[in-house]
Amino acid sequence: MALEWIGDAVLLLVLLPVVVYLLRGVLNAARSIVPSVEQIAATAQAGSADLDSAALLATTQGQVIKTIEAAAAYGGSLDVILDDAP
Amino acid sequence: MPAAGVVLIVAVVLIIAAVVYYLVATIFALQKITTGLDEAISGVVGIIEKSAPVNDVVTTINQNLDAGVDLLEGLLVKKAGMPDAVGLVEGLYPGAAAQGFRNFPGSATTKAPRIGEVYTRGTLTLARLGREAPVATASPEGPALRNPTYGSAAARALYPGGRPTVPEPLPRSPIIGTGSPVQYPEGSNGADSGAV
Repeated sequence: MALEWIGDAVLLLVLLPVVVYLLRGVLNAARSIVPSVEQIAATAQAGSADLDSAALLATTQGQVIKTIEAAAAYGGSLDVILDDAP
Repeated sequence: MPAAGVVLIVAVVLIIAAVVYYLVATIFALQKITTGLDEAISGVVGIIEKSAPVNDVVTTINQNLDAGVDLLEGLLVKKAGMPDAVGLVEGLYPGAAAQGFRNFPGSATTKAPRIGEVYTRGTLTLARLGREAPVATASPEGPALRNPTYGSAAARALYPGGRPTVPEPLPRSPIIGTGSPVQYPEGSNGADSGAV
């Protein structure tokens, strides 16, 4: 009979607090992750939106090629027109 | 049932209730984390997809710009000579002469002349290009680089009344001496011929 009371006391005074302590730690850790994950998600979405204009780089590439071609044509003309430096 | 058994049952129920409460709360927290991670992953995937061609495009742009810089530097040095080219660059971008040209290692040590020494030649060259250069007719694949009509009109604007022709003839100088059509007798009209 005494052993049963001792077992009950162990359950209530030792096992239950330990279980609660451990599970509360797990819960607090999980809850602390949530804001960080939400911030990461918001940042990733904003970063993805900032890169929407990256597609315009293709236009920039075409313009650069045309500009360099025009400069090369103009340079070729200047090479014919102007005398070389002595 | 003995009292110890009741206490045992109560203790077990309390433990199970605590486990259920904390585990359910943890599950909800993990679900929020999963949702947030899904959003983050979708955003990161978008970043990866949108930035995938950037490297190639920027590399191509840099290659074209490098070619353009090489072309213009080479043309400038070829036509103006190294000292004048360095002086011109220094005049346009003070301090740039110390860096020199990329394809001309000796340009960094070339002493840049004063811009006035380059300016006269550059002015004359630009004036000649503006009036005479056949650049407009040298680009058959595209629009004219210079509008020849506009350039001609600009030149004509210098003479709004029309280009001046041969000036009016001035009166001829009088003929003097024995062959002069008008002979004046010596000493006439009070003239003093003693000093002639």
